[in-house]
Amino acid sequence: MTTWTTVLLACLAAFTLKLAGYLVPSSVVEGERRSRVVTLLPVALLAGLVAVQTLVGDGGAVTVDARLAALAVAAALLLVRADFLLVVAGAALTAALLRLLGWA
Amino acid sequence: MTSAEAVLPAGRRREVTRQALSVGVATGAYGVSFGALSVASGLDVWQTQVLSLLLFSGGSQFALVGVLGAGGSGASAVATSTLLGVRNGLYALQTSRFLGVSGLRRLAAAQLTIDESTAVGIAQPEPAARRRGFWLTGLAVFLGWNLMTLLGAVVGTLIGDPRTYGLDAAAGAAFLALLWPRLRAGDAAATAVLAAGVALVASPVLPAGVPVILAALAAVAVGLLRRTRRSGGAS
Repeated sequence: MTTWTTVLLACLAAFTLKLAGYLVPSSVVEGERRSRVVTLLPVALLAGLVAVQTLVGDGGAVTVDARLAALAVAAALLLVRADFLLVVAGAALTAALLRLLGWA
Repeated sequence: MTSAEAVLPAGRRREVTRQALSVGVATGAYGVSFGALSVASGLDVWQTQVLSLLLFSGGSQFALVGVLGAGGSGASAVATSTLLGVRNGLYALQTSRFLGVSGLRRLAAAQLTIDESTAVGIAQPEPAARRRGFWLTGLAVFLGWNLMTLLGAVVGTLIGDPRTYGLDAAAGAAFLALLWPRLRAGDAAATAVLAAGVALVASPVLPAGVPVILAALAAVAVGLLRRTRRSGGAS
């Protein structure tokens, strides 16, 4: 497979998956239980993503480092109702500082 | 825009715009890394840019050039990239319900359906704000990601590793902040905790991308269980 073929096939597959979600008939996602599951789907996927981005290191092993400290700072800022930008900047600054100091 | 958009108070409009743009800037900055890594993995500038324009899903793009750069086959690169793209299709089940799009707008919405646009969209309580959040974030990330991809592909990582600036932590914090208001609802909080647990347990044993898809089962479990609880007379 040439590189171009690889690139274009991956693009086609990615767009097909995205579009497929829009082409599912609404009758399939209607009804109380199905509707609730679909509403919770992005919550589950994003929570899973945050967990993996924060705690999983190379090779899939759970690793505690600057990322977890940064997320803890974000959670603390959210608890005191800090502004969105402050939460994001606080987490970035925490991770950057810890790495600069070589602590995590 | 639409008349529904007009009913959103100016303060809320600004708030959604700020969220969309800050997520766009933080995510877009990562495009430099992708552009540089892609070229270092042996793809040319055009191939790199086509990935950001047409594939437009960070996780899939990094995986694709990662497999090719490590000498993997085209087939396994496509398979890995596609596996990571499954979650976009699952997001679309929900985003399609509040976007209510058809025709060309549906194609555009599909292309912009990624972690960030979905997260900002579902974080908003009002339908008009959900649509505004999705579109603004999708467009901001698309623009930033593509410009920074080009920069990274042509001149390399000018700014160095984005992790030096904590940009990876910024992404996680933004997702947490966007989920936060929803977690006050018991079923969403239970879903998030269960999903995080499933993803972490699965990570050491399953290929990258699969644990997050598996976390979707948390939505199914909680979504179905709550009915049982309710019919049991809890409420």
